Amino acid sequence: MASGYDRALSGTCAVGVKGSDVVVLGCEKRSAMKLQDTRITPSKIGLIDTHVCLAFAGLNADARILVDKARLEAQSHRLNLEDPVTIEYITKYVAGVQQRYTQSGGVRPFGISTLIVGFDKGNDQPRLYQTEPSGIYSAWKANAIGRSSKTVREFLERNYKEDMDREATVRLAIKSLLEVVQTGAKNIEIAIMAPGKPVEMLPVEDIESYVKNIEQEKQEEAAKKKTGRTPGTGSAAILTRSAQDEPGDH
Amino acid sequence: MPEVLLGITGKDFTLIAASKAAMRGATILKAADDKTRQLNKHTLMAFSGEAGDTVQFAEYIQANAQLYSMRNETDLSPSALAHFVRGELASSLRSRKPYNVNLLLGGVDPITHQPSLYWLDYLASLAPVPYAAHGYAQYYCLSLLDKHHQPDITLERGMELLTLCADELKRRLPIDFKGLIVKAVTKDGIKEMPFDNDKVVKGT
Repeated sequence: MASGYDRALSGTCAVGVKGSDVVVLGCEKRSAMKLQDTRITPSKIGLIDTHVCLAFAGLNADARILVDKARLEAQSHRLNLEDPVTIEYITKYVAGVQQRYTQSGGVRPFGISTLIVGFDKGNDQPRLYQTEPSGIYSAWKANAIGRSSKTVREFLERNYKEDMDREATVRLAIKSLLEVVQTGAKNIEIAIMAPGKPVEMLPVEDIESYVKNIEQEKQEEAAKKKTGRTPGTGSAAILTRSAQDEPGDH
Repeated sequence: MPEVLLGITGKDFTLIAASKAAMRGATILKAADDKTRQLNKHTLMAFSGEAGDTVQFAEYIQANAQLYSMRNETDLSPSALAHFVRGELASSLRSRKPYNVNLLLGGVDPITHQPSLYWLDYLASLAPVPYAAHGYAQYYCLSLLDKHHQPDITLERGMELLTLCADELKRRLPIDFKGLIVKAVTKDGIKEMPFDNDKVVKGT
């Protein structure tokens, strides 16, 4: 059992953030090697159905199987019930499959945690769920899974605000990922979902401009800290950290 | 057999028309039935045949087409879908209770933008055709289309040909099929076309 968790915790980081009318998935991409063809290397964010998106952390090979089972269930649900799956239903299904693989003999657990996001049919409320290798599932406003997910979750806890617009939601997702991703925009993947629309993968240039913007803001704040000594600014811990990190990164 | 299915290909489109009457014996149960299902962004399938079989089979194909699109992040081409459907019909034909479904499958290739139309029946025959009809409509419409169809016609001309076919059917078919639902497949997707079904056609 513990081994399933270890695998799920060692995968590259993924975050999910809910806004007022969007939900954003962000992923740390494993950096590609020099001779690798990045065009055909599979993504860690996958579509379950046109309105459901899934990101995972853990064993890629296990995820492929789990995602495929979820896709099959989504279409099967459409065929039999004449309605697309709700996000809670498909989460429960994925968690159910993961739970089954902890029970019977001769199988090993799925070594992955997943974040499942999307919108129910005819409902503008964003949804964000997490599943774990044990089969536990839970709903969140914002959450992170995978390597150093604790750092990212604590960052989200400090910086999450209610009713964020699209811009702010994407920014928070990227900013939280930057806590643990060293190489910046090239290694980040962002998927945005809005009600009734197909999933939107944010182009690299857009992510780059967000990253540049965030870094600049961090630098300015750090500079203010050093010279101005403005008293009583809240998130002191994080700002000092970024100030220390930046010279090394560039 | 009294159900009407028509298909016409042109320069950059495929038109599919289906009668709106849902019948049981001599009774019309519904006058606004849609006997088509969209398989993916640019493939449409029209069906006729035994009552429960048709929708069950069409939606099963639809679910599989969509599952393919989700799994592979790319749509199956109309030709690939036609051959998949033929395979399903062929294995159904050799089962204990075969599906009794006749189909027209029309689409536009997502890459080459080449329009195509496939004629399939419950015996799992498959034929790529420039224009097609199923049921009694064959007797009235194929001769018309033989005479007037050209492979490079525009969408407007295609609609004219359908009007021509509809007129002939209203004039000669002894059953009221409650008009046609017409859908056009182009490279931009599938849309329903306005079609005047109330035009009175006098018998000769």
